[in-house]
Amino acid sequence: MGRKILLEHDHIPGIETFDVYRKNGGYRSVEKALKSMSPEQIVEEVQKSGLRGRGGAGFPTGMKWSFLAKPEGVPRYLLCNADESEPGTFKDRYLMERIPHLLIEGMIVSSFALGANLSFIYIRGEYMWILDILEKAIDEAYEKGFLGKNILGSGYDLDLRVMPGGGAYICGEETALIESLEGKRGNPRMKPPFPAVKGLWGCPTVVNNVESIAAVVPIVNDGGDEYAKIGLGKSTGTKLISAGGNLVRPGVYEIEMGITVEEFIYGDDYCRGIANNKKLKACVPGGSSVPILPAHLVTKTAAGEDRLMTYESLADGGFASGSMLGSGGFIVFDEDQCIVRNTWNFARFYAHESCGQCSPCREGTGWMEKVLHRLEIGQGNMRDIDLLAEINKKIEGNTICPLGDAAAWPVAAAIRHFREEFEWHVTHPQEAQTRNYGLLKDVTLA
Amino acid sequence: MSSSHIDLNKRHSEKPAFSPERMAQVKELMNRVPEGKHKSALIRILHMAEEDFGGWLSIETMDYVAEILNIQPIEVYEVATFYTMFNLEPVGKYVFEVCRTGPCMLVGSDQIIEYIENKLDIKVGETTKDGMFTLKTAECLGACGYGPMLQCGKKYHEHLTKERVDEIIIAYRSGEIPN
Repeated sequence: MGRKILLEHDHIPGIETFDVYRKNGGYRSVEKALKSMSPEQIVEEVQKSGLRGRGGAGFPTGMKWSFLAKPEGVPRYLLCNADESEPGTFKDRYLMERIPHLLIEGMIVSSFALGANLSFIYIRGEYMWILDILEKAIDEAYEKGFLGKNILGSGYDLDLRVMPGGGAYICGEETALIESLEGKRGNPRMKPPFPAVKGLWGCPTVVNNVESIAAVVPIVNDGGDEYAKIGLGKSTGTKLISAGGNLVRPGVYEIEMGITVEEFIYGDDYCRGIANNKKLKACVPGGSSVPILPAHLVTKTAAGEDRLMTYESLADGGFASGSMLGSGGFIVFDEDQCIVRNTWNFARFYAHESCGQCSPCREGTGWMEKVLHRLEIGQGNMRDIDLLAEINKKIEGNTICPLGDAAAWPVAAAIRHFREEFEWHVTHPQEAQTRNYGLLKDVTLA
Repeated sequence: MSSSHIDLNKRHSEKPAFSPERMAQVKELMNRVPEGKHKSALIRILHMAEEDFGGWLSIETMDYVAEILNIQPIEVYEVATFYTMFNLEPVGKYVFEVCRTGPCMLVGSDQIIEYIENKLDIKVGETTKDGMFTLKTAECLGACGYGPMLQCGKKYHEHLTKERVDEIIIAYRSGEIPN
């Protein structure tokens, strides 16, 4: 079992309370940062750590922080993105439910590093009971002097608030999140200006994922260099992976980056294989937006090397034969699952969640959903498969935010790897409704 | 796009009003942000209003919230119609929102939805005649490893089976909140 640094204490009873958390080494990073480090030093440690944004994009956190504009007399804001809505992803929820103080501790040191005196955790509205958990923990932190005025006598002031969303996937996109926090519809903004220059209420703003903020705690405690020793190459540290679908033991795992995908799916410490003794058919390793991989490309790359749980290895082969680590929403499909049905299901999700601002996405996601649905129910024709690719191209890159791309990629990948299965739905309209195509190449096409 | 519409025929007969305790909470939320930025509290206040005024947002409720925040009613309408959690028409006492997205579908959410439809004798989007239950579907609720699942109020009911659904319905009918 790899090293755990975020979930090291998740099994301890009462770890959600301040006292137990503190007894287990909690809030040390706040003491260290406020008493012996300058904000610049913390930013430097985060840069050295190689930490990459854990929300999905994988952009280096330290670099993002270094872009923050610091005009005189203008407040700066740190927003924690707890909107976790990417299908397959439920890791931040686990962290916040179990160890809310870890996120709060990370918010304090990160806010100090960025010079923010008022910070927010924006949490998806459906997680309302976690909002209660967080607010309770925040109250405790205020009581113990870790939040509020003059924290630990350092002269540093910080207020921390939790704000709920109202049910909108798009609010996980950082500029939509900012709009929503301002009490508006979650329509993404044009960039530039980037939030680092003009974000919340027009002020310089950093938006970071829950897990990224939590990772700042061990980075400050042990130093960026120590953190960078964990993991493999440019995939430093550990990653929370939320595994779902047809697995023996789905759930949230903290992995050291660099373990093999094979070990993660089949290993005793992790998911323990495919449920009901079935075979692996496909895997979406990083949330619904990333390309699906057929079984033969899940545990090995196209070059025949072991596929590893790192940003680089999961992306090996580009979109032709690779995928992405993304948010760590790891979805596994057994041999009985229908790829056409699942692709339609995801397309319906994106059509539902498009904010409607850009016409290529608003119209395109709806079209893809309709075309995929008719293929799924055996009413499609061969031209529909190419039509999907065409719609795809018209969405991709033509929208303000990446939701359009996120909707297009999974469809393109499904057709790339499972075209025969789409064709089978056209040639076998009756059967498509009563049974599944099964494993690739296992079925002889009539 | 999922924006919903406001049905002008569905109204509350009286102007709603928060209790003094709730109003204190609302004011506190408005003061948590810098001066003049209190509109930020809108989404949270709408959640509270929905909870206090029958589980849905009528025009009367939305106008009332606009008045409290000193913003135009349209600023509330456009937000209420954007976010899918807000009900813009009357719902049952308990609203079941069953996740239907990929990972839940892989483990049988379609069958659970069908089972609840038969069990309660309603279709998705409908409310039982006794006004107890409304059935809805939802997109990914972040419980992908614990599906099939449904949300009812603040509660997530996970690892659903037909038997589990039976137990949950019985518990709610008898006024308990099942675990």
